[in-house]
Amino acid sequence: MSDYVLSIQDLSVTFALHDTEVQAVREMNFDLRAGETLAVVGESGSGKSQAFLGIMGLLAKNGRATGKAMLGDVNLLGMAPSRLDAYRGKDIAMIFQDPMTSLNPSLKVKTQLSEVLVKHRGFDTRKAEMTTIEMLERVGIPEPAKRANAYPHEMSGGMRQRVMIAMALLCQPKILIADEPTTALDVTVQAQMLDLFKTLTEDFGTSLVMITHDLGVVAGVADRMMVMYGGRAVEKGKVDDLFYDPRHPYTLGLLHSTPHIAHRAARLDPIQGLPPSLEHLPKGCSFNPRCAFCFDRCLEERPPLTPLGDEREKACFFEGPLQSKKVA
Amino acid sequence: MLRYATRRVLSALPIAFIAVTVCFFILRAAPGGPFDSDRPLPPEVLANVRAYYNLDQPLFMQYLLYIGGVLRGDLGPSMSSYDFSVSELMAIGMPFSLQLGLTAFVIATTIGVLTGMIAAVYKNKWPDYLLVLVVMIGVIVPNFLIGALLQLWFGVYLRWLPAGGWVPGSWAHLVLPVAVLSWAHAARISRLMRGSMIETLGTNYVRTARSKGLGERMVLARHAIKPALIPVVSYLGPGLSYLLTGSLVVEQIFGLPGIGRYFIQAALNRDYGMVLGTTLFYMLLIIALNLIVDLVYAWLDPKVRYR
Repeated sequence: MSDYVLSIQDLSVTFALHDTEVQAVREMNFDLRAGETLAVVGESGSGKSQAFLGIMGLLAKNGRATGKAMLGDVNLLGMAPSRLDAYRGKDIAMIFQDPMTSLNPSLKVKTQLSEVLVKHRGFDTRKAEMTTIEMLERVGIPEPAKRANAYPHEMSGGMRQRVMIAMALLCQPKILIADEPTTALDVTVQAQMLDLFKTLTEDFGTSLVMITHDLGVVAGVADRMMVMYGGRAVEKGKVDDLFYDPRHPYTLGLLHSTPHIAHRAARLDPIQGLPPSLEHLPKGCSFNPRCAFCFDRCLEERPPLTPLGDEREKACFFEGPLQSKKVA
Repeated sequence: MLRYATRRVLSALPIAFIAVTVCFFILRAAPGGPFDSDRPLPPEVLANVRAYYNLDQPLFMQYLLYIGGVLRGDLGPSMSSYDFSVSELMAIGMPFSLQLGLTAFVIATTIGVLTGMIAAVYKNKWPDYLLVLVVMIGVIVPNFLIGALLQLWFGVYLRWLPAGGWVPGSWAHLVLPVAVLSWAHAARISRLMRGSMIETLGTNYVRTARSKGLGERMVLARHAIKPALIPVVSYLGPGLSYLLTGSLVVEQIFGLPGIGRYFIQAALNRDYGMVLGTTLFYMLLIIALNLIVDLVYAWLDPKVRYR
């Protein structure tokens, strides 16, 4: 246990609607090692963001997270927000998808950054602002002393995301959760941003959780990956293993939907159909309506996540080789 | 900032001019005149009086004479309180009225902002429902009715507070008028604040602030209040005009020595000079206060400063 910085056990996230409940995340388990990068991959609505918002205690008012999220010896779930605040921003930090709206428009950049140090490190304002400026320089913001006095709307999207990264890393957290941090950015800026993530998390020994739907991002930064579908993890393993030898039809489908430079002439082969509504998941395996490898058992039983050795797990009954059969 | 302020002041002047003009002619279009009464004056006396007040001149001439006077800082004589000039009457009543109006404004805004925040934080729980109820009463019931009810309850039945009248320096006499005057204003501010606070609390940047572990109090005080105040502040300008003009009615209900009773009497007696002078004064005041509101607005929303 001790070499894991974060250990998630049976995490479920439910939202109460007027008369019903929706389960966005179901019995999720994973461990995060010190310094590694884990990619969490899935379509919109697969529950990937909600799982981590749940861990951070940032769910919407009608949301509830159950299970365990062990940060060392402390369980973050079910903790009163006031106690959680001792860890949020200090040991575990989060970066959000949209840098345009994630910074407060009415406060200067330096105010929004230095307050983290004042709160968690007990710095006085001057020292906090100096450290802030150093950190802005580290994330590659030119003229950091001048930029620190700017308001967010005076910066470009890429700049703002750099500010977000600086903010999250101020206390050198053990874990950084990045929720689609490059989705809202230009492609050229995306690459710079991924480099930045890599360098900084290495420098600080921070473990990174990269939530994304972009397999290009995964290939660029991650050590291990977890593929989610319909609120559950369907396949886990090392990035290379999953890329070259996917064992779950959904992972295969994702790979086929991604453009590849080696097969530029080929048409993309998207997964047919739509992601399931979380309120009406199909009986058996949630992926069965869209799966080319589906057989009788998949319609009746839900495949459990089973270990395959070498840190790999998959939730699928189909045992044959996937490559031979074309999806869809 | 200074250039912006200067530009705003200059652009306000034509507005003031147009408003005075409109007011002047509307007032004259109303039937009756300052010297009509149950017991008509002898015709030759009336002719003298009318000549004294320039009322014998053609209407447009009167208008030019009046504007000329205003430009020289002379608001003319009162036509019903003989021997007093409009400026003198205003000097007697205005300080009290402004004190009443501004006190109510400050109190109402503070209460409105605080209750709006509480309602937003406890959205759909009992403090929210309770506040919504109190607020709805303030919005629905007109102030002359609330005034009378409070007078009856606190002044007559409970005898906690004087039901009306004025003793210089006595705050007890101010409690009920200020309460009546503030209620509707506080209610509107509270509703606005509740809505904009709920919206702000759902924004991404508030989520970011929470993710930093700042604590809910800090999240509210530093990250949510400023953006949430923006719609409230844009209402403060019009809100202030309601309050200052509403104070005239409230003074009448509680028998307070402000400009209100002169103004209402003047309107009923067709005391043209008095009505115009008071209107002009309030207009300039409201323009000035709106300017302050706009400057506050620029402070709250940094994006405004660069336009």
